[in-house]
Amino acid sequence: MTDADLRAAVPQVLGALVRRGAEFAAAEDAVQDALVEGLRTWAADPPRDVRAWLVTVAWRRYLDAVRSDVARQRREEAPPEEPVEVSGRDDSLQLYFLCAHPSLTPSSAVALTLRAVGGLTTRQIAEAYLVPEATMAQRISRAKRMVSGVRLDAPGDVGTVLRTLYLVFNEGYSGDVDLVAEAVRLTRQLHRGFDHPEVAGLLALMLLHAARRPARFSADGALVPLAVQDRSLWDTRLVAEGVSLLQTALAQDRLGEYQAQAAIAALHCDAASAAETDWVQVVEWYDELVALTGSPVARLNRAVAVGEADGPRAGLAALALVDPGLPRWAAVAAHLHEEDGDLARAAQLYAEAARAATNTAERDHLQRQAARLQR
Amino acid sequence: MPKYLMLKHYRGAPAPTNNVSGDDWTPQEWRDHIQFMRDFAERLQDTGEFVSADALAPEGTWVRFDGEGKPPVTDGPFAETKDLIAGWMIIDVADYDRALELAGELSSAPAAGGKPLGEWLELRPVMSEPPVITE
Repeated sequence: MTDADLRAAVPQVLGALVRRGAEFAAAEDAVQDALVEGLRTWAADPPRDVRAWLVTVAWRRYLDAVRSDVARQRREEAPPEEPVEVSGRDDSLQLYFLCAHPSLTPSSAVALTLRAVGGLTTRQIAEAYLVPEATMAQRISRAKRMVSGVRLDAPGDVGTVLRTLYLVFNEGYSGDVDLVAEAVRLTRQLHRGFDHPEVAGLLALMLLHAARRPARFSADGALVPLAVQDRSLWDTRLVAEGVSLLQTALAQDRLGEYQAQAAIAALHCDAASAAETDWVQVVEWYDELVALTGSPVARLNRAVAVGEADGPRAGLAALALVDPGLPRWAAVAAHLHEEDGDLARAAQLYAEAARAATNTAERDHLQRQAARLQR
Repeated sequence: MPKYLMLKHYRGAPAPTNNVSGDDWTPQEWRDHIQFMRDFAERLQDTGEFVSADALAPEGTWVRFDGEGKPPVTDGPFAETKDLIAGWMIIDVADYDRALELAGELSSAPAAGGKPLGEWLELRPVMSEPPVITE
């Protein structure tokens, strides 16, 4: 029994409690208590049936909480009946929609999803996002209050669910919990129960980027950009899985932003070197992505691809149509000017880009680029 | 979910709107001011946006390396240093607009005459992890 197995059972257990009539917020607390107890005691004494154990313990905790509430309020209502058996039904799917409900802020949706669907403890989530445990506990309990009136039986907007999972993935790794792996696990689980081309598209996108992770940082921790990554470090098994998922999704002919992004990632993964990339197709997929989302970031990245496909002058022309206020605008401009042979301008822009960076890894990388050209 | 640092200055910031020196506040005005700060931090704990906060003593020591095997050189405090930080609070919020809203609220802490202090707070983004997807 690994922690991952234990966590995988959490949304099913929660779903089972809610289906028996337990109120969501209280049921979620009870499941979290049971999970923490499981993590504490199972190394020495693992149960035969994880899910049944969790349901039994969580239900007991839930009843205890209800009884003490009842006592406090001096009510005489009888608590709910003890459950008889664990059904094989998977109720976890609805939880994705509830935890990513549009009434929640993205950070609340992320926190609630990681706890109620992901089975992470509040402490683990707090550590991953570098905030105090008390803060994360408050964020989660407020989120639960926000969705307390939402019925669990109707699926909501899959777009908000996918955005939440995308956020978990894209924030990357920053603690004991590997958020990239966690996002992949949760998206995989959603994909198993929910046939939708964008769910498959997001899973493909995640796998294609996760595949390149071993090459993203050098041994001394410096960011290695895609163009110069050691492609032999890429995980070919993940690439193959991502490409196959994407092909199946695209065949359904219901294109969406995650499929388009995955298609771009797949073209990169397919190339033996940056020079051998099919940049013309990459530009075409960016055109699709811009048409689908109108995203300024997609326009910015499109300018890079145009620079590769049609030369740096064309790239600069495409860049001229993009808002220079975007965080990575100067970095793209620097790269295109360098390709165009204007090294002085490029050095100046790299330094400017370093000042505009929003994370230290990119800042250090850009600073090194500026230093390289100023020599 | 960006983090921001709100910096409060002893000196170095432009004058507050309610520009009466703290030395001239009444004890009750000080109590109200401090209570406001405490309530503010507590409220952010309740909303799940609080990360940390600390106040700094106004005077410290300047230190620098002075060669292998030698003790570090110390100096100061320098009276001429323009910028003197009084304390900070780190918040973890939905976006920049929310950070602005909170900094504005913190700056409204009551001061002389029970009126808002209107001091200038410096709001600085905290560097994050690099995103996984950048293309």
